[in-house]
Amino acid sequence: MSAPLLTVEHLSVSFGGVKAVDDVSFQVGSGEIFAIIGPNGAGKTSIFNLVTRVFEAGGGRVTMRGKDITRVPRNDIVRFGIARTFQNIELFEGASVLDNLLLGRHRFPTGNLLQQIFYTPRVRHAEDAARDRAEDIIALLDLAPHRNSPVAGLPYGVRKVVEIGRALAAEPELLLLDEPASGLNPEETRDLAFWIEDIKKDMGITVVMVEHDMSLVAETADRVMVMNMGRVLTTGTPQQVQSHPEVVAAYLGA
Amino acid sequence: MRFPYDTAYADSRRLLRFTGQKLSYGALLLLLCAAPFVLPRFYVGELTYLFIFCLASLGLMVLTGYTGLVSLGHAAFVGIGAYTHAWLLGHGVPLFISLALAATASGIMGVVIGVPAIRISGLYLAIVTLAFSVLVEHAMGRWVSVTGGFSGLSVPAPEVFGVSLGGPKAFYFLCLACLILVLLGLINLTRTRPGRALVGVRDSEAAARSLGIHVAGYKVLAFKLSAAICGLAGGLMAHQTRFLTPEAFSMMLSMQLLLAVVIGGLGSLRGAILGAIVISLLPTAISHLKPLLSARLAGQSGLEVFMFGLVLTAFVLFEPKGINGRWLKVKAFFEYFPLYRRDTFRRTKAYMRSERYK
Repeated sequence: MSAPLLTVEHLSVSFGGVKAVDDVSFQVGSGEIFAIIGPNGAGKTSIFNLVTRVFEAGGGRVTMRGKDITRVPRNDIVRFGIARTFQNIELFEGASVLDNLLLGRHRFPTGNLLQQIFYTPRVRHAEDAARDRAEDIIALLDLAPHRNSPVAGLPYGVRKVVEIGRALAAEPELLLLDEPASGLNPEETRDLAFWIEDIKKDMGITVVMVEHDMSLVAETADRVMVMNMGRVLTTGTPQQVQSHPEVVAAYLGA
Repeated sequence: MRFPYDTAYADSRRLLRFTGQKLSYGALLLLLCAAPFVLPRFYVGELTYLFIFCLASLGLMVLTGYTGLVSLGHAAFVGIGAYTHAWLLGHGVPLFISLALAATASGIMGVVIGVPAIRISGLYLAIVTLAFSVLVEHAMGRWVSVTGGFSGLSVPAPEVFGVSLGGPKAFYFLCLACLILVLLGLINLTRTRPGRALVGVRDSEAAARSLGIHVAGYKVLAFKLSAAICGLAGGLMAHQTRFLTPEAFSMMLSMQLLLAVVIGGLGSLRGAILGAIVISLLPTAISHLKPLLSARLAGQSGLEVFMFGLVLTAFVLFEPKGINGRWLKVKAFFEYFPLYRRDTFRRTKAYMRSERYK
């Protein structure tokens, strides 16, 4: 593992009496594909929500490149180079695919309000540059046929891909994918595996994903962390964890 | 069939791309410029009022259509603009400065309402804005030293460097120019970063936050812009009515504005204009229809309100995307002529929305 990009130390959160995340620590190295697996309710998505500040951490520390982000305002998280997707797709339904991707680039300013209203040359150039980046993502993810379609009318599989594209548009260092393969057919899942490899190799983005599809995890992940009941069971390569006795017990209830 | 073939990004951002568009919008502008010289004086006044109503409707569209915040009290912002403008003119402030200050005053009130209102949405926000407009209406009635109270306040005629703009033709062009300028500004706003951010706040706050959009800030911005545009409309309306009374800015106006943006089609500037046209022409249309109805029906009070309700119900049931949605469908039908599919505009189901968090 190279220098750690994301470090999570003793992270906990509880809702009522339920400890959703209980003293979880792990590190993600730069350029790694790190998968988090576990049964439903294990606290996988809660970890994403803690890292992106949707939930307030009950204890522990999250650092990104050595900078503490445990108490950063939620809309500043993207400035630290973290972008995410959502389990249930949170796209901007009324906007086109292109506008969704451009919205992903919101953190790059294009001038002040008055300049936008008068659509000055400076704004136009910035918009063209943003469009350039968006077109790169459209080319990478094969979204060209849907470029100007409203998201609301697209098939489920395409919407999932658009959401990944929107996160990529923010030019993150760390991409959090929450169940990217859920609801995809086997063919779409294979495409997704290639894209995740591309995202890592060509764009140099570190990927952390929560995923149930073990074929995708085995194919792409460098390391896997297994969770159950808010705690970490084990961490290792996909082959190691699949044969780990506690993991087998957690999944099969034996 | 028409297929837009882009060879540069500049192609897709041109406002008038095709010859047909240039011709039709050019013809519309020509007609609007010729209208005051051809039409009888009454209709020039009606058109002027229509422009002012379009302005206010555009203002509400920014808030309700683009940012998804419902306001039942936008008449208050129109009223604040109207009274501020009349008062400033009465104290010798030049016309354009006074109009700008009226819009600013209204915009500041928008922030005053917007800041506490960002924590609430939907029905609660509608109630808060409604209460605000009732408050403002009462303040207009009671603050006699400034507003003249219920006996009214007369508005000085508009004048720039000694040239009167009070004639029907001059005032018509003033309102048309204001409408076109605001419309162009809003078109630019909606196709750049802040406009997209407003849509982002409307469609998913969770995703907007994760992308670095300051949700509360953009909600306040929407309130500010929306109130300022309505304030400008109010300033112009003061000249149109020439005499201000608080009743002119009652809930009826707020309702008409909300109806205009809903019927026009939420989330589109064209919708705001089309909706405003329908709503402001409806009373005239009804009065023309009245002689055709039986005496008992025509004599009923509340026929207008009934018609407003009927039109709204029909749209919500049959065309929730409003006139703009219907317009896009008709356009698509002709553009793809033999190949048009009804399903093009069908939305896929929103999956598992129950698990959403803010």
